[in-house]
Amino acid sequence: MSRRALFKFRLYVAGDAPNSAQAIANLAAFCRAHLPDRYEIEIVDVFREPKRALAEGIFMTPTLVVLTPPPVRRIVGTLSHTQTVLQALGLLDIAA
Amino acid sequence: MKSTRSPLDKLPAKAPTGIAGFDEITGGGLPHDRTTLLVGGPGSGKTVLALQFLVHGAQACKEPGIFVAFEESAKRIVANAESFGWKLAALQKKNLYFMDAQPMPDLIQSGDFDLGGMLAALEAQTKGMGARRIVFDALDVVLALLPDPATKRREIYRLHEWLLAHQLTGIITAKAGGDEASAIIEQPFGFMQFMADCAVILNHSVLLGVSHRNLRVQKYRGSGFDENESPFLIGNSGLEVAVARTPGRVDAKVSNERVSSGVERLDTMLGGGYYRGASVLITGFSGTAKTTLSGAFAEAACGRGERTMFVSFDSDCTEVVRNLASVGIRLDRYIKNGCLRMISARTIAGSAETYLVRIKTLAKQHGARCLVIDPVSAWYKSGNDLTAQGVADRLIDWSKGDGITLVCTSLLDEMSNRAESGSPLQISALADTWIHLNYLVQAGERNRGLSIVKSRGTAHSNQVRELILSDAGVTLTDTYTAGGEVLMGTLRWEKERAERVAHEAAEAAAKLKRVRLDAEEAELEVRLKSLQTELVAKQVEKALLVRSTQSHEGELSRGRTQMKELRGADAAIPGRKVSPP
Repeated sequence: MSRRALFKFRLYVAGDAPNSAQAIANLAAFCRAHLPDRYEIEIVDVFREPKRALAEGIFMTPTLVVLTPPPVRRIVGTLSHTQTVLQALGLLDIAA
Repeated sequence: MKSTRSPLDKLPAKAPTGIAGFDEITGGGLPHDRTTLLVGGPGSGKTVLALQFLVHGAQACKEPGIFVAFEESAKRIVANAESFGWKLAALQKKNLYFMDAQPMPDLIQSGDFDLGGMLAALEAQTKGMGARRIVFDALDVVLALLPDPATKRREIYRLHEWLLAHQLTGIITAKAGGDEASAIIEQPFGFMQFMADCAVILNHSVLLGVSHRNLRVQKYRGSGFDENESPFLIGNSGLEVAVARTPGRVDAKVSNERVSSGVERLDTMLGGGYYRGASVLITGFSGTAKTTLSGAFAEAACGRGERTMFVSFDSDCTEVVRNLASVGIRLDRYIKNGCLRMISARTIAGSAETYLVRIKTLAKQHGARCLVIDPVSAWYKSGNDLTAQGVADRLIDWSKGDGITLVCTSLLDEMSNRAESGSPLQISALADTWIHLNYLVQAGERNRGLSIVKSRGTAHSNQVRELILSDAGVTLTDTYTAGGEVLMGTLRWEKERAERVAHEAAEAAAKLKRVRLDAEEAELEVRLKSLQTELVAKQVEKALLVRSTQSHEGELSRGRTQMKELRGADAAIPGRKVSPP
């Protein structure tokens, strides 16, 4: 995997629910720590855009969708387990 | 019961489910605007019940619905439900929405999450289509992803609150660990039972290889309900729940009309036949012509042009038709013209309940007015002991309610003293007419005897008759009672012959005597005639004698007068006695 690959994230949150707020904070911290300068985050509030949530099949919040690099992955939860997230993004060996 | 809903109404309004029987148990359906919990083991029919609730709402109640599928994909649910004929494709355009909410298999989980996204999406959908009903199918699947009981509980509350806030009539289905309803209380979402306004438990058990389904309403806030387990099955058009007759239901119309039993003498014995809408039980050992007797009834019914259904648990339809044809009961022509419907249900293991519902459905389809079930005791086979009685009760109740004349046979399988003590199903207590067939073994012969054990509302013969099967059909003959013993078969025939001979002899003797008497009479008459002739002769003789005497006396007196005149004697002075000279 390319070291310089750009990570595009879309994070679905449910308004200012504690879980969601936590996820936003966790994602930001994660990106700063592991993917400096090569990440983009789009935050979608399902309360404001419910139709989008429906169309994209988002039922659990918060949900993080990794758009690039492929394949598209979904990570559900507050993203509090950094190790799991690293593994999901294929960054474990790089970090090691 | 139904009133216009106002906020002050204490009784919850009900949302009908359209499930036969279920609405009766719950007094109208599920609680409107509230949440119902549906709990059951795998394959217990949760999804079908929930879906039927939505379909009925969309089709009949103008209440569009949303189905949230956590377990099966919407596509598969729709495909599976296709067999029920619910026309989901048409409904899906507008009034029924399926939401695929299965957690993806490659889902990665990191930390806590909630169902806020789903509810937000549902909210949009609900508003968009004006949904009034919603089903969360297999909520346990998504709850299983949550790390601890407290979180699960929180999400359930979230869902519940959301349902209440949006005034949706909801069903949440969840799997129960075992068949025992109490088992789910131990589970993390067991407390849902306390939270929900209505809880229904579905049960699917197998008893001696026979599947039994039943459901029970565990609680229903603010409403009365039938608290017992009610058997149900998944039929051709969805769930069908068997309900016992509830008190206060309008009684079926009672008819005084008689329908022929197909055997003329039997009709006479019954005072004209069976009552229309009555249930008739024919009991007997195997081979006592139970089927034949019920076949005769079917033939007579078809002969009157009444649609009839014949359900045989013993043999194939073609066999029944052939066998009955051998005794002059010809059913084939009625099968051809569609009047008679033969159904063969060779007794494979199946629950009695299933049979009843199938029979009901088929009878309805056929528009049957007369129904034969041969034999009903097939239901009593292994595994059905407990339910068969209830099923038989409902069978009779249903046939009466629909005015169907029901003839069922019941096999008595032991040649024991149970013979007259009632059929195993105890239908005998419910049946209106009970005909018992038995064998009488006498002089190396086995003959069939028929007696009417009871017949409600009818004066009936109390004599045992002999049932005779021949090419010409079924007939009954009087039996001979000699010295307190009933004679049948050859013995009866011998007795009849002996009587015939004796009768002939007596007739001949009488003839002889008459001839003799005739002769005597003739002789007397002849004698009488000759005597009469003699009498006449005597009378003539006597008359002659009288006359000759008179003429002689006249001669004498005339002679004296002449003498006097000649002598010139004095005229006789009257009053003075003239002394003779």
